[in-house]
Amino acid sequence: MDDLSATRSLARVVRHALIVASGVVFFVLPLVATFLFSLHGKKNELGFSAYEHVFADPQFYSTFLFSLEMAFATVVLGLVLLLPTVLWMHLRAPRARALIEGFALLPFVVPPIVLVFGLIKLYSRPPLDLVTSPLLLVAGYIVISFPYLFRSLDAGVRALDLKSLTEASQSLGASMVTTLWRVIIPNLRTSLLGAGFLTFAIVLGELTLAVLLAWPAFGPYMALVGRDLAYEPAALAIVSFLLTWLFIGLVQLLTRTKGP
Amino acid sequence: MENFTHLTRPGIVKSYVTTLQISAFSAAGGVFFGFLLAYAATLGGLPRALKSFLLTFSGVASNFAGVPLAFTFIATLGRVGLVTTVLSTVFGIDLYDTGFNLYSFWGLGITYLYFQIPLMVLLITPALEAMKPSWREAAESLGAGSLVYWVRVGLPLLLPAILASFIMLFGNAFGAYATAYALTGGLLNLVPILIGAQIRGDVLHDPNLGYALALGMVAIMTASIFAYLALQKQTSRWMT
Repeated sequence: MDDLSATRSLARVVRHALIVASGVVFFVLPLVATFLFSLHGKKNELGFSAYEHVFADPQFYSTFLFSLEMAFATVVLGLVLLLPTVLWMHLRAPRARALIEGFALLPFVVPPIVLVFGLIKLYSRPPLDLVTSPLLLVAGYIVISFPYLFRSLDAGVRALDLKSLTEASQSLGASMVTTLWRVIIPNLRTSLLGAGFLTFAIVLGELTLAVLLAWPAFGPYMALVGRDLAYEPAALAIVSFLLTWLFIGLVQLLTRTKGP
Repeated sequence: MENFTHLTRPGIVKSYVTTLQISAFSAAGGVFFGFLLAYAATLGGLPRALKSFLLTFSGVASNFAGVPLAFTFIATLGRVGLVTTVLSTVFGIDLYDTGFNLYSFWGLGITYLYFQIPLMVLLITPALEAMKPSWREAAESLGAGSLVYWVRVGLPLLLPAILASFIMLFGNAFGAYATAYALTGGLLNLVPILIGAQIRGDVLHDPNLGYALALGMVAIMTASIFAYLALQKQTSRWMT
């Protein structure tokens, strides 16, 4: 009997190991293929010339910088908007939670392609002619990243004893602003950073809003390279994958060290 | 109101059908393979480090969509992609002779799986972790085998969570524009691609069609989210 059950549980482990192994093949094979493909920049010779071309292109830097600026503006404005909202919800208006959680589902109901269609139709004629302003792009990005920002902040605030913290701070004579700046924000550091990195990962390679609002961002630049060249897109894909790893890796690192 | 009659035009109906099909296909594939993967890593008796790696990787891969993902699959399964080349030079199989084409329905579906499977892993792992081993022991002490346990206990419990994940994956594919745009260059007739074309210029010679297309999309997503919320409620009853 023991032999039988031992064989059985071994078979179970082997079966599951096989499932994981085929998963690894599906996910790793395209990355390996892309990397090898990207080394073919020069004829009959393996090398990094495709990467050299990418990094020598001034447009690579200008579009990347533009997207970094947009990501930065999105994170700052998004947090300025959401941090007080989440704090106020936790302290004074717990019943507003259902409403805000409902809003957090809206980016799913209204996908980016519909969002940008609406933005263009609404803001392309006076009195609200905003289509040429980068603010509209940032506003769209805030809508897209709203659920991630909200959930990260909400989880962070929930882990604090917000009520005791604010009461203690105020009984020592601190104003609301001092409490926010010296007590609450330092305590929320990890969840603020996590929310920020996730937003960066989303905004940096974003295509839909940027291309249809005609901004020289990194996503449209990549799409353009893909239309004209063969090996450089593969190099860009590898660079972009490493960037995603960097940002998501930082998020995971932050959220993991936060736990007990 | 008149604009909505445009939605019944054959070309438009076909684009909705194609979009629904590709979303359903990639969501079903994502749910199936993502569930197997999450189950194997969570309850399969494999090392714990594997699960945390799978979750980290899923976080990355579910965000690795759009233009770079399209490039990755072009370099892999495109006409001169590495797998295509190896298959034809080493095994003498011409993938594109067998009817496969990366820039078509099935190619796009397989490409979508690259972010759908990881999303399923992220969505279903909490539910799998919440399943208590004592339930299985109780079932086994009553004489249930593995199959009976799954049919009578495991699946009924997980079904709402699985269906809710399916809806999330479905919506995820339904609204996707960037991957399809970068991969097919706007040739495949999907609803997001059509809306994009409407914005770029009135290619269909009808400025109001865009509104109708967009509203049709929001209607489908709204129905999805209500179904999702109802299912999520059922799961949260036993998951705490």
